[in-house]
Amino acid sequence: MTADPAAPPPIPTELCGIELAHPIINASGTFDAIAARRVFGDTLTRRFPFAAFVSKTVTVAPREGNPPPRLWETPAGLINSIGLPNKGLRRYLAEDLPELAALPVPLIVNVMGFTREEVAELVSAFSERDEVAALELNVSCPNVETGLVMGADPGEVSALLARVRPLTEKPLIVKLTPNATDVVAVARAAKDAGASAVSLINTIRGMALDPKSGRPWLGGTTGGVSGPAVRAVALAQVHAVAGAVDIPLIAMGGVQRGRDALDLILAGATAVAVGTESFRDPAAGTRISDELAALAANSDLSRDRTSLNC
Amino acid sequence: MSAPDRALERVLAPFGRRAARVLERRVYGAYVVLRCADPDGPRPQAGQFYMLAATAWGGGDGERPFLPRAFSVLRSGVAHEREFLIEDVGPGTHRLCQLEPGDDLLLVGPLGVGFAAPADGRRPLLVGGGVGIAPLAIWQDELGGASALLGFRDAARAEGARLLADAQVATDDGSVGHRGLVTDLLRDQLDRDAHAAVYACGPPAMLESVRVLCQQLQTPAQLALESGMACGFGACFGCVVPTRHGYVRLCVDGPVLDASELETALVAGAGH
Repeated sequence: MTADPAAPPPIPTELCGIELAHPIINASGTFDAIAARRVFGDTLTRRFPFAAFVSKTVTVAPREGNPPPRLWETPAGLINSIGLPNKGLRRYLAEDLPELAALPVPLIVNVMGFTREEVAELVSAFSERDEVAALELNVSCPNVETGLVMGADPGEVSALLARVRPLTEKPLIVKLTPNATDVVAVARAAKDAGASAVSLINTIRGMALDPKSGRPWLGGTTGGVSGPAVRAVALAQVHAVAGAVDIPLIAMGGVQRGRDALDLILAGATAVAVGTESFRDPAAGTRISDELAALAANSDLSRDRTSLNC
Repeated sequence: MSAPDRALERVLAPFGRRAARVLERRVYGAYVVLRCADPDGPRPQAGQFYMLAATAWGGGDGERPFLPRAFSVLRSGVAHEREFLIEDVGPGTHRLCQLEPGDDLLLVGPLGVGFAAPADGRRPLLVGGGVGIAPLAIWQDELGGASALLGFRDAARAEGARLLADAQVATDDGSVGHRGLVTDLLRDQLDRDAHAAVYACGPPAMLESVRVLCQQLQTPAQLALESGMACGFGACFGCVVPTRHGYVRLCVDGPVLDASELETALVAGAGH
């Protein structure tokens, strides 16, 4: 609970010009700071477990999300089919952004549009807000005009960045989907079109059948697999992308311990995001950061790592 | 009951997961009660819940469990002790049922919003089914007594009725008490008492019968619902139930909901 005075200090990190107290942040859609404050009170703010807060995906129009059931437990993991519920851009700006700005860490807002023009509207709107340190683009959805999943196609990513990059001076992070034929090609396209950083991996498509009926369990039929079950996939994709692009990487996928975070950093990540593990322990981010600092203190691999990637 | 009656202050949870030492393990037929010491946690409201896991987690049937499991608190008689009622129905509950005194229970909580007191002049009536009787025991303690109608599948589960005072019991197989459904008992009771306020927890089909009956008779009812949950504190958005105002997260806006907010208590995936 309380920090050990003899424990190594957290590792300060710079991500696209944003100063972070340590390299551990949350994965989009895995922590609702506003709901958590209702549950845990002011302690949440005083002991905020992440060095930056990444919002759940915001869309232009409000979304109710997918019909339940939305969850299925897998071996060492979870399939979720949540469907990006959110109150939409207008209410998010008015209601949530002021509350999130009170957090003691930089705010990264994740946005998704079903057309390039929708993404442009979102990027423009958040670009004007000083509370927002950076934007993350969720490209794991189809472009309704072309039918292609934006993040699965290098050409789509190039065209999207060409449209939205001129709209903001804030860092633009492209969240890569692992459900692509060639993730490295998509990462290169993002970098070449002006992405400030890439984050990976998003969840891997999966499904479960209801053992009683034999029909799809999830209300959304398929969902995204996360948790330790995907950790090895994440490490391989981070390693491959880090070898191909020279922009910062935010790595995630099944991180439970400082060791897992260190692995992703050794593979080339600047920052590491925690998602599913926070469901098991809301303070997991702090524990992982502490464990990472202890491992780094005993290793000569870590101290100058930020200079390798930024 | 109108919405403002339900706007009670929740008891906040300490931030993070903590260990609670198991002090006692008692068996009631098909159920296990774990009593544990929680010196760092506040006293919960009746109807609030905790996310529970054991230190040895994973590696069971299907390489599960992985996520913690949600349990309403059964009783909190002594300030720093909590009791939980568990039925072995899957890899998570199986592991919890194996805990012995001296083992640690990992918990986050108290979570959610519990039961609200009945409106003036209303007499509380508790209706429970199976392992869902848990939150009614602590509520009966806090109310200083209330009539309880409890339904179980069979005699082994009906042992759970000993956890509440003066319960009328129904069993599916007739081995204990009334042969049939607990809602048969509820219908009789409501016919004789026009001033009841119903508090119910149990399987989805039972809750739906309670909801429909209470709606017909214009009896206020608060229902403690169940849904699959990954986190318990609003992070995963997995536990939504449909209400008249759209989906709500059961973990932060429930698990107790006013029956008038629901069009159905048949939550997809619950009671699985």
